[in-house]
Amino acid sequence: MTTKKTARREMYQRAVLDSFIKLNPRWMVRNPVMFVVEVGSVLTTLLWIQALLGQGEAPAGFIGAIALWLWFTVLFANFSEAVAEGRGKAQAESLRKARQDTPAKKVSSKVSTFERENVETEIVSSTSLRKDDLYLVKAGDILPADGEIVVGIASVDESAVTGESAPVVREAGGDRSAVTGGTRLLSDWLIIRVSADPGQGFLDRMISMVEGAKRQKTPNEIALNILLAGFTIIFLVVCATLLPYSIYSVEASGSGTPITITVLIALLVCLIPTTIGGLLSAIGIAGMDRMIQRNVIAMSGRAVEAAGDVDVLLLDKTGTITLGNRQAVEFIPVNGINAHELAEAAQLASLADETPEGRSIVVLAKEKFGLRGHTVDGMHFIPFTAQTRMSGVNFNGTQIRKGAPDTMMGLIQSNGNGVASDLKPTVDSIARAGGTPLVVTRDNKALGVIHLKDIVKGGMKERFAQLRKMGIKTVMITGDNPLTAAAIAAEAGVDDFLAQATPEAKLKLIREYQTGGRLVAMTGDGTNDAPALAQADVAVAMNTGTQPAREAANMVDLDSNPTKLIEIVEIGKQLLMTRGALTTFSLANDVSKYFAIIPAAFASTYPQLNALNIMRLATPESAIMSAVIFNALIIIALIPLALRGVPYRAVGAAQLLRDNLLIYGLGGLLVPFIGIKVIDMLLVALILGGSNATSVELSR
Amino acid sequence: MNAFLQLIFYFGVLLLLTKPLGAYMAKVYQDERVFLDPLAGRVERWLYRLSGIDSRSEMTWKTYAVAMLVFNILGLIAVYLLQRMQGTLPLNPQGLGAVSPDSAWNTAVSFASNTNWQGYGGETTMSYLTQMLGMTVQNFVSAATGMAVLVALIRGITRHTTKEIGNFWVDMTRSVLYILLPLSLILALALVSQGVVQTFSEFKLVTALQSGETQLIAVGPAASQVAIKQLGTNGGGFFNVNSAHPFENPTPFSNFLEMLSILILPAALCYTYGKMVGDTRQGWALLAVMTIVIVALLGVAIWSEQSGNPMFIAMGIDQVQTDTNPGGNMEGKEVRFGIVNSALWATVTTAASNGSVNSMHDSFMPLGGLVPMWLMQLGEIIYGGVGSGLYGMLAFVIIAVFVSGLMVGRTPEYLGKKIEAYEMKMASIVILIPVMVVLIGTAVSLMSEAGRETIFNPSAHGFSEVLYAFSSAGNNNGSAFAGLGANTPFYNIALGIAMFIARYWLAIPVLAIAGSLANKKKVPASAGTLPTHTPLFIAWVIGVITIVGALSFLPALALGPIVEHLMVLGK
Repeated sequence: MTTKKTARREMYQRAVLDSFIKLNPRWMVRNPVMFVVEVGSVLTTLLWIQALLGQGEAPAGFIGAIALWLWFTVLFANFSEAVAEGRGKAQAESLRKARQDTPAKKVSSKVSTFERENVETEIVSSTSLRKDDLYLVKAGDILPADGEIVVGIASVDESAVTGESAPVVREAGGDRSAVTGGTRLLSDWLIIRVSADPGQGFLDRMISMVEGAKRQKTPNEIALNILLAGFTIIFLVVCATLLPYSIYSVEASGSGTPITITVLIALLVCLIPTTIGGLLSAIGIAGMDRMIQRNVIAMSGRAVEAAGDVDVLLLDKTGTITLGNRQAVEFIPVNGINAHELAEAAQLASLADETPEGRSIVVLAKEKFGLRGHTVDGMHFIPFTAQTRMSGVNFNGTQIRKGAPDTMMGLIQSNGNGVASDLKPTVDSIARAGGTPLVVTRDNKALGVIHLKDIVKGGMKERFAQLRKMGIKTVMITGDNPLTAAAIAAEAGVDDFLAQATPEAKLKLIREYQTGGRLVAMTGDGTNDAPALAQADVAVAMNTGTQPAREAANMVDLDSNPTKLIEIVEIGKQLLMTRGALTTFSLANDVSKYFAIIPAAFASTYPQLNALNIMRLATPESAIMSAVIFNALIIIALIPLALRGVPYRAVGAAQLLRDNLLIYGLGGLLVPFIGIKVIDMLLVALILGGSNATSVELSR
Repeated sequence: MNAFLQLIFYFGVLLLLTKPLGAYMAKVYQDERVFLDPLAGRVERWLYRLSGIDSRSEMTWKTYAVAMLVFNILGLIAVYLLQRMQGTLPLNPQGLGAVSPDSAWNTAVSFASNTNWQGYGGETTMSYLTQMLGMTVQNFVSAATGMAVLVALIRGITRHTTKEIGNFWVDMTRSVLYILLPLSLILALALVSQGVVQTFSEFKLVTALQSGETQLIAVGPAASQVAIKQLGTNGGGFFNVNSAHPFENPTPFSNFLEMLSILILPAALCYTYGKMVGDTRQGWALLAVMTIVIVALLGVAIWSEQSGNPMFIAMGIDQVQTDTNPGGNMEGKEVRFGIVNSALWATVTTAASNGSVNSMHDSFMPLGGLVPMWLMQLGEIIYGGVGSGLYGMLAFVIIAVFVSGLMVGRTPEYLGKKIEAYEMKMASIVILIPVMVVLIGTAVSLMSEAGRETIFNPSAHGFSEVLYAFSSAGNNNGSAFAGLGANTPFYNIALGIAMFIARYWLAIPVLAIAGSLANKKKVPASAGTLPTHTPLFIAWVIGVITIVGALSFLPALALGPIVEHLMVLGK
């Protein structure tokens, strides 16, 4: 607990330091709005020095105070960015520890699959491993580089990357053959082919993404920056032309003095969108960070942004929509057998069946008929094989079998028995309902059918309804036949489904949606998913997936939880909403600042303008100071919102807009009136005290 | 009460005509059959054959922009030469000499850019030939240019994955032949019926009734020019005092017709837009934005003028409204129009980029004068110029969509098109340029000797006059506050530059947006898409327009009309 606290303190200290380092103009110029503020700070500081030398355009104290608060404005903006980066840096630090230079057992000769762990190796540094090199790891070793398993099967501790402490099994071939450098082998041995050169491995990419070192502005961020730059130019012109206007007005009215440069700069900084300008990059970094907190590594900020735009979600049925396995839900006897008898036979046939389906049959028989399956001596279990395609049990000369309808009917007929007339209709009706029928026979005669069913995960229907409200279409992808698929799709409440899906069909479907202008998101883990992942706009690979899948995707889910796609979409939307909300807030703020500064700036020329001083700010100086201070403080006040993001609720666009406009538009209009007034009252109380009452009186 | 009835009648007739005219124009631009085909179609085909134009070949946005620019600059040169050489050309019964180079430049830009700022007095400067061949022709083609650019932008929105946005020559020709000419013909005849003059004869020498002295009365081919100056949101009067002149606008009915024709095309084009994008609600929404803003500001103008001038009280002037006395501030207003129709005209003429006047804006109360000035400063998008008003409005819509689109958690899109960095750049330019031209132009004038020399009221009011002039030129309106000696080389050149930049540096980025949008894929709408026709969105667009307008000009307005208003009050 205390270490966490100190880590936090260290992070903030680091952020404070960083906010000063970021004052470097070469860094600041990336952000046009804040760069203008920095230039303004420098100019007012120079004016302050001039005033100290006795030739100031205004009292040195006033110019100095403005300069100070302008510097604060810049620093606060830098601080927001530094804090956002700080969170990632801490994560990167722990990742970096995992990526230390480790000795590697490089395989010196060519390896064939027959070779064993005693292959000839030489010890080299992990940094000298290149792509396509082979290396050997044994239990207890740290894996020196990312790679693909060539030979072997072993359990691996991937907690350094995923934070998940339970070991995972990795083996050559298939969809679990990718390993990550920095993880630790717990058992056995592996021969691995290196898949990335040093510095380009998965961990390296993760570190650079997390740190934000390679952070490039995303397309939408660039567009928003252009808008903000546009506003900045407008206000530059507004403020620059105000000087000649003021000079002319002084001449025409014959009273007062022209507006000072200090006040013009103060006005400029108050008007340009510093709130959003200062927080923009923090918002982007925080978006990535929120992904990381949910154990998703986005390979680019662009992908996070695209997630908010997704119109179509392709979701694998198994594991995402349904529980991984089918379960027995009903025993339907045929040929006059009673259900109890069928259940008993089915249970006996499944006692040794350790598959989830098999276990569910045992459980159902127990629940429905109170049958406690127990093994009897002399029972001989027949396991499922690819050749027989059925399993069962022999005891006391009785043969019980269960299997797919086609296989079982073949078995019945080949033994010269007739197929019961009600068997086929029963099988068909289960298939039509989206279930999987399993036929049970005793001594090659049908007893009945077990109804196996996909179980839709709890809460999915509500989730999909929410997505529909958000305008997102859900498509279920399954290898099942169309009948089964349709039934499950209807039960789960998805909008559409792709049955008998092949990798090609998936790719084609994605292309079709994209041609129609839609953005498609999908998850995948297998190598055969890679083309579809590469095609999809938002592609989330499971961390347990193969290397090609992880390469093709633009996000990796370390938890390998396919349901997370929905959260990813929400994070993307939140990121965009936060930008929009703060832009609106920032611009709406300006109205009140005019009411504070305009009457103050021209008080000496046109005292009548004090009618616009609707906040009744005490003096021209306090009015201008209050606006500048409010402008700086609001950045600090909104840092938590920028980091956390505007809360997202799954409602339609129209309602979202109404709510956000009300909060950030109307709020942005009103809040500064109150804030500036309060600061003005504080300033009067703290500095002017009661002694300067005459100047208060004068400005009224 | 009477005021309300007049306003309801005006807007009622306007909105009633919006749909039929808008639907007709949509047909014209989509090359569908219309009843004028037998007549106009023949002329159209003959024109294409004559000039060797293939009406079926289309242009990329760059080609379209080049065609538009070349055509406009040629027109500009023609009007310049016509003015310089009018002394030696026919149809010049008064024997008027060549116009000075700076004034001729100013007028040429002014009419080419659909601004119709007039630094000159019509009847004492321009020959009948110059008026007809120069001014009137430019009135048609500058309006048609605006309509063509708008239609190109609409095509950019509706088409997808193509580089072509239409053919400038076709769009322009069809705008003139099918829309502007027939409407002008009808209006000109109606105006003649009310007493607007239309003659080639020389000025008339008449004996005045009261004193028995003789007076030279200016006449000329006015009705034909007045019709298109109103319909094409041009505004350049035949006579110096524009539609305050009894031969340009003699009766309340002619006044009504002329006011109606200011807004009719910009309003109907909204419907055309909705029709062409396949969702008329989109067009109505934009029309609602425009109408709400104009009605609100109109209220301020009428209230401010009807309340009268506190300074008149001391002078013993009766400002109380009775059956026989319009009451209020009647300085600079025609008795035959009164307060309501003067304030209404001032508002609609500056809401649309028309700029014709039937009263002296300089004599309005400070807030009454602020209304027309601010309407121009909003960027001439509240109705705005024919075509140009709506494309300017669409630039604001793009900005509004961008921010509100983010607020619903998607990268912004408008009518199925993604709004990205390129569109933002171009839309920002469209909004930025007029603001810069107005503010910088005003600043340069106030700082230069030449600019200050002809400010006849060196005060907050004088400041307003300069600001008004540049607001007018920098937004292609053309109305004048007057009170400022603007026919000087300095103002002629400076305002000419302002008008040129404001017209073409806006039209080009708009075409660039059209090109970029046309090239994009279309995103189908879903529940997550921001709806852009709802009252909420209408309110949001109004908010964006007024906030941008207020933020850009409040400091300047504070030093002009606002402080003037406070001074008058505090007297």
